Amino acid sequence: MGKNLQPPAWQSGLFVVLRMLIGWHFLYEGISKLIHPAWSSLAFLAESKWILAGVAQWITSNQEVLNTVDFLNTWGLIAIGLGLILGLFTRWAAIAGTVLLALYYLFLPPFIGMETAAPQEGNYLIVNKNLIEAVMLLLIAVSPAARKFGLDTLFEKHNSPND
Amino acid sequence: MSKQYKLGRRNALKAMAGIPVLGILGVEALRKTSYDAENDLRKEVIHELGLDDLLSSVKQITYQPGDLIRIGIIGFGVRGSQLSEALGFMEKSKFEKEVADQEASGEESLKSQIKHGNFNVAITGICDVFDLRAESGLATAQHDIFTGGEIAKKNTVKRYRHYHEMLADPNIDAVIVTAPDHHHATITMEAVKAGKHVYCEKAPVHREDEIQPLYETVKNSGMVYQLGHQIPQNAVFQQAREVVNRGLLGNISHVETTTNRNTPSGAWIRHRYNSGKIKPGDEATIDWKQWLGNAPEVPFSIRRYYSWARYSEYDTGLFGQLFSHEFDAVNQLLKLGIPDLVSATGGQYFYTEFGDIPDVLHTTFEYRQKGTTLTYSANLTSAKPRPRTIYGKEASMTIGGNMTLTPDGNSERFKDLLENGVVDPSRPMLEILEGSTLSDAVDAVSSASTSYYASRGLTSTHIGGQVWDVTSLHLKEWLDCIRHGGQPSANIEMAIQEAVVIAMADISYREKCRTAWDPENKKILRV
Repeated sequence: MGKNLQPPAWQSGLFVVLRMLIGWHFLYEGISKLIHPAWSSLAFLAESKWILAGVAQWITSNQEVLNTVDFLNTWGLIAIGLGLILGLFTRWAAIAGTVLLALYYLFLPPFIGMETAAPQEGNYLIVNKNLIEAVMLLLIAVSPAARKFGLDTLFEKHNSPND
Repeated sequence: MSKQYKLGRRNALKAMAGIPVLGILGVEALRKTSYDAENDLRKEVIHELGLDDLLSSVKQITYQPGDLIRIGIIGFGVRGSQLSEALGFMEKSKFEKEVADQEASGEESLKSQIKHGNFNVAITGICDVFDLRAESGLATAQHDIFTGGEIAKKNTVKRYRHYHEMLADPNIDAVIVTAPDHHHATITMEAVKAGKHVYCEKAPVHREDEIQPLYETVKNSGMVYQLGHQIPQNAVFQQAREVVNRGLLGNISHVETTTNRNTPSGAWIRHRYNSGKIKPGDEATIDWKQWLGNAPEVPFSIRRYYSWARYSEYDTGLFGQLFSHEFDAVNQLLKLGIPDLVSATGGQYFYTEFGDIPDVLHTTFEYRQKGTTLTYSANLTSAKPRPRTIYGKEASMTIGGNMTLTPDGNSERFKDLLENGVVDPSRPMLEILEGSTLSDAVDAVSSASTSYYASRGLTSTHIGGQVWDVTSLHLKEWLDCIRHGGQPSANIEMAIQEAVVIAMADISYREKCRTAWDPENKKILRV
């Protein structure tokens, strides 16, 4: 019965590859922040526009809050990256990743008239890479296929073909 | 059984597919880290320049305890109030308002200022010719803001109607002279003769004939004299000095200083509020005779009282007010001294309503033996900033709140670095940004888009992880010398060089001639 709903193997494989690639991206972003102690989200937040600009200003105006945000961001990226690569708590990792990317997007949305002083790479119109990656993570969160080849499968009940 | 076992192992292996990926990432991340460390251009450039110890060249601020110093302030206008704040005193209502404003805006300058601990000084005397300002001074002196202050409560402050009364009072140890410029030399000389140490706002003198008497009087008095030029207290100046002393600029042919402002207030039109209403003050509340001092007698004028820097009877305008800061900054760094020849041209073209000081000036100061020319180009009707720049044969430097060092495209010294593309004449090879933390303060060959705002360096500096008002540091240097001996940085020698340079430029402009310096007879010649 269930067998008929299974996607083709190559499709599952691509989902898994996508999961690991995004995991790699998150994990290295986190590690690189960890090994550069001078890194701070200050420069990014200082550029914030639109609805979260006030929140960004509150964060940057208070050193302790800023330190907390930096800590959570760095270790959040690392935890999400590990989760996605290993396929451990995949769904939660993917959802958390989506939320984080959505925050990046909302703090600095590529809307008309919201140019930043330091464009990171080219110019976007409403759709940027953060948005695309966020939607891909959402897809991973809802696709059982993306959870194959992951530690999560060890905790799932396996239906042996003999049963 | 065996089949099930096989299936289980396969599943387990599949479940661990992420582990080799993690392994690859770990190995590659390590490889990248060591590659980046080996190819750190910033470190390479700093090392090549011989500046590995540049950051440690910033002296940390230390407190040396000493007896209470009782200060009298002569002239409690805008600057008098700022200097009081730099010493840790502020009118209570103003302080509370500013704390609330900064709390709302998230600004930290006042908060960091009050943390520094007190200088163990009390303002015990206020002298101002205007009742309103004298009262403001008394209120300021009674409210200290530095942590652990409590000095104001233990000391009383007295108003003196005439500065002579203050100078005669043995309960005053030192005075701050913030009266208009035409009083500076006279009050300073009388103060040191009365045994008071002096912190005097720029410029040191107003007229040529005051220069030599001021020098001799201060020099013979043994009192500590500091001229109010706070710019070189910026930490970045200590680092710039290292760069200059190590000869990285090569032969210096040109030093460019500028002023760029574009507001009536910037042109010292200050007798009206922004609303257009005339500011308070009349003959009943202002001692006009004392205000005029040695200046020619004229009827009371509210314009002259507030906008005195526009009148040559009381000031030299751009030269005394702004070029003085520029000259001191450059002279502290390069020790240029007095030029051989000066010529100034300009005119009063825009703000012609009253006063007689120019609003556009172009001045050259020639140091013939050194082969260096200093220029001062000033414009009161355009605020487009031009950095303070030192042009050398090997590299050029801009210096204000920030410092940049850019190699010359034809430099011999940096030839190899230029050829290897390690440095590039189109952008700084060394950039020290004020306010950066020590670990990232030195930013050499960073991204091409690194932007900087090179302020003139007049406000604050970061030392030892703390923000300091540079004026506080300048006052502290003066107080340290009073207590423990030594000479402050803007001492009488530096002040006199500046006084001569300003007088040479001012005479050249007003008398439409070139001026030369006769070092033997210590005279300015019209040539």
